[in-house]
Amino acid sequence: MPKVTIDGVMIEVPEGTTILQAARMIGERNKADRHVVPPAMCYYTNLKTSGGYCRSCLVKVSKGSDRDPRPMPKPVASCRTNVMDGMEVQNTTSPELLDARKGVVEFLLINHPLDCPICDQAGECHLQDLSYENGTEASRYEFERRTFVPIDIGDTIKLHMTRCILCYRCVKVADQITDGRVHGVINRGDVSEISTYIQNAVDNDFSGNMIDVCPVGALTDRTFRFASRVWFTKPEDAHRSCERCSGRVVLWLKGNEVLRVTGRKDQWGEVKEFICNTCRFEKKDLADWKVEGPRHIDRHSVIGQGHYELETKQQLLKAPAPNVPELVRNKELKER
Amino acid sequence: MSARTRPITTTAGTRPFAFSEAALAECKALMARYPEGRSKSALIPILHIAQSENDGWLSVNAMDAVAHVMGLQHIEVYEVASFYSMFNLHPVGTYVLDVCRTAPCMLRGSDDLIAHLEKKLGVHCGETTKDGMFTLKGVECLGSCGTAPMLQCGAGYHEKLTIESADALIDALRARNQRTNYTDQ
Amino acid sequence: MSRKLLFEHIATPGIRGLEGYRANGGYRSVEKALRTMSPEAVLEEVKKSGLRGRGGAGFPTGLKWSFLAKPEGVPRYLVVNADESEPGTFKDRYLMERIPHMLIEGMITSSFAMGAHTSYIYIRGEYFCRPDHRTSDAEARAAGWLGKNILGSGFDHEIHVQVGAGAYICGEETALLESLEGKRGNPRIKPPFPAVMGLYNCPTVVNNVETIAAVVPIVNDGGEEYAKIGIGKSAGTKLISAGGNVKRPGVYEIDLGITCDEFINSDEYCGGVEGRAFKAVVPGGSSVPIIPYELFLKTATGESRLMTYESLADGGFATGTMMGSGGFYAYNDAQCIVRSTWNHARFYSHESCGQCSPCREGTGWMEKILHRLEHGEGRSEDIDLLWDVQRKIEGNTICPLGDAAAWPVASAIRHFRDEFEYHIRFPQKVKDPKHFEKEPFARNPKFATA
Repeated sequence: MPKVTIDGVMIEVPEGTTILQAARMIGERNKADRHVVPPAMCYYTNLKTSGGYCRSCLVKVSKGSDRDPRPMPKPVASCRTNVMDGMEVQNTTSPELLDARKGVVEFLLINHPLDCPICDQAGECHLQDLSYENGTEASRYEFERRTFVPIDIGDTIKLHMTRCILCYRCVKVADQITDGRVHGVINRGDVSEISTYIQNAVDNDFSGNMIDVCPVGALTDRTFRFASRVWFTKPEDAHRSCERCSGRVVLWLKGNEVLRVTGRKDQWGEVKEFICNTCRFEKKDLADWKVEGPRHIDRHSVIGQGHYELETKQQLLKAPAPNVPELVRNKELKER
Repeated sequence: MSARTRPITTTAGTRPFAFSEAALAECKALMARYPEGRSKSALIPILHIAQSENDGWLSVNAMDAVAHVMGLQHIEVYEVASFYSMFNLHPVGTYVLDVCRTAPCMLRGSDDLIAHLEKKLGVHCGETTKDGMFTLKGVECLGSCGTAPMLQCGAGYHEKLTIESADALIDALRARNQRTNYTDQ
Repeated sequence: MSRKLLFEHIATPGIRGLEGYRANGGYRSVEKALRTMSPEAVLEEVKKSGLRGRGGAGFPTGLKWSFLAKPEGVPRYLVVNADESEPGTFKDRYLMERIPHMLIEGMITSSFAMGAHTSYIYIRGEYFCRPDHRTSDAEARAAGWLGKNILGSGFDHEIHVQVGAGAYICGEETALLESLEGKRGNPRIKPPFPAVMGLYNCPTVVNNVETIAAVVPIVNDGGEEYAKIGIGKSAGTKLISAGGNVKRPGVYEIDLGITCDEFINSDEYCGGVEGRAFKAVVPGGSSVPIIPYELFLKTATGESRLMTYESLADGGFATGTMMGSGGFYAYNDAQCIVRSTWNHARFYSHESCGQCSPCREGTGWMEKILHRLEHGEGRSEDIDLLWDVQRKIEGNTICPLGDAAAWPVASAIRHFRDEFEYHIRFPQKVKDPKHFEKEPFARNPKFATA
């Protein structure tokens, strides 16, 4: 099995593993090493052929492999590049790479409206995380941004094209887990847009997953629209028996009111089990569900600022040190 | 450059589209020439045919007919049609004048040519004259840099244009008043 | 006087038709290859010839062919890239219009070497419209050069002409394959490379028109003979399409290795400048760095620059440029480099497929900054901003379009920064689009060799 070293941390992974996956394995093995994991805005483990577009996961390959140690001439998309035995990768340890990533963040933001104060995605937005962790304080872009009128694509989904970063995830969801796709990417270049082209409703049993995979607030749940800030809600793992999907979801509660139902996202922000629209949009009564207990939310998330998660003193003591090296490291990098 | 989204169109009340028999046969022949299961390869050639059968542009009805003939989802056709610059998604004039504006043509006076045509026709690039005769389009390099400035109208290249020869061309086209398509023989 | 391998009969009457082509030695390479050679022997000749891809990247053709995977029972394809849309380049159109059968002959011979039984010519939509390109393959089929059991050799081959519809990006080989499969022209992420997984997921070679045409003289006369022309790794002849402010625009076949001075100034080729003085040259299509005229003639070390891949690139991007596709255009001193750079940036912004973020957003941003500069609204920080934006696009995109968009901007700033500064300093003057026509810009000599 090939061995790869990312930012000085080595791991042995199965043949055919991508650099990004290897980095995530390192992060899962030891939380303190999570800094080796590149950010990903368009890659999605469960969606085939996803990734490679946003360029935020670019890494520097300073040694190709033991057999051919030459460095790769350009940064590579870690989500689409397989590891080779003896490969050495730089993520946060290469200043040029961090500079290139700053550029990617700036590009992604030049036409983004930054309307976080009125965006339902705020608080769980990957673009917010990406720009906070990898971007600069200000943009140098002064021209008019491209704008689109928000439209409804069906009864349950709102499309704010203005916020879209063209990650293609929703297109792949429609292609791979629904029967029949009615939306896609039209036009090209910087006038490309996600669209149905003609007035059309995205209407099938699994369409709601487009909302879950959207890294920004371009596709939002109309049944949750402006209902609450996500950090004022209380996420609980719950399940029900469903004939279409696993029925394993997260309920976002306010008191006993189910404001929203979503799939369960892992620590990398990805849903592992897609859920059906019935579970997502129609089961908004707590009595429909068997609640398992509070959803674990990572401490760095604004949602995690809630104080609901029952952790005993014992558990807290056992838990690995909460990301302190990571925070310090980020601070150091920012100061550099 | 803001608010690029056109209102999502409705097909209600728009002109229907159907392939002519000859065109339909051509479409079938095109689809048959690729390996099995790969007939989608014929999409671009078939869109060209549909466009020439629909007064030089691809209406939603025309694209839906293509999807039907090829057994594709409608969005697959819209995605492709909107990617390529030779496909017009809005009605065009009898003649579409594709004037090359890229650097090698610019060095030989395409800016002046375009300014002249805009003035003469009373439209900006991308617009159609009121009488529906001409659509003026600024396009990127057409591979005729040695004979610049030039424009394409239908299948024909009109090269080494001067203000005078461009005027003569416009007058001749206007007098002939017959639609030209890219697919004309 | 350069040798004419591709253009030997360019002026012969009737060469466009099959009969005239055949009468002047056409299809000899097919006869020779299919009757007397093995596929491996043809590949060997191409390797020996030192032929390099003529589409722009200059990758050794024989090597490319040898990478072709040959799994059992899986078809292989040759795809000819006739999507010529690099600004300044019109050599392939010229060749296909005047000697269309040469391309078909080259395709049959090359496909024989690769063991490909189907090949496609992907031709840009604008070219296909011209009737010249459509009839030749029907003619060849009728005469038995295509179809089953060609010349009784047991080799079957079919050629299909596939039309594009206006997208520069489809000249990138994987975008071309996507387009040929009836999809949007979005470049694929490599690896896998087309030689392993190309058209319809089968092993595929994508070659430029001129490259495939050059296989004809290579097989006819032998690879060694071909390699005798040129210097070092720049072997053979190359078609250069000349435009811009030269006296004699047109397509010229040159021996690789003639001096740049000869090419631009002798009456056999460009014939010098029209009226005024030369200011700058783009020797290989808009994607290659623009360089000042003096640096085009002589390298930074004072040697005569030659028309070879190596010599044109001498000095790296600091003082050199690239051979590219051979789309050559020259600027006289009435031209404005900022205007031309804006024009280039608009082109790349228009042609970006929009798939990856640095190119989609960055090309549009550069276009807007350059538009502002050229129209007298530039700001003092704009030049550094442009530099930084192009730097953040280059190397960070899926396909080379990002680099191609960045290089013209970078080279213009590198060599003509004072012209950009002039635009910021004299906004009123540059509001007249012909600002340098009456009063040519006097360059600060320090930037000439910066």
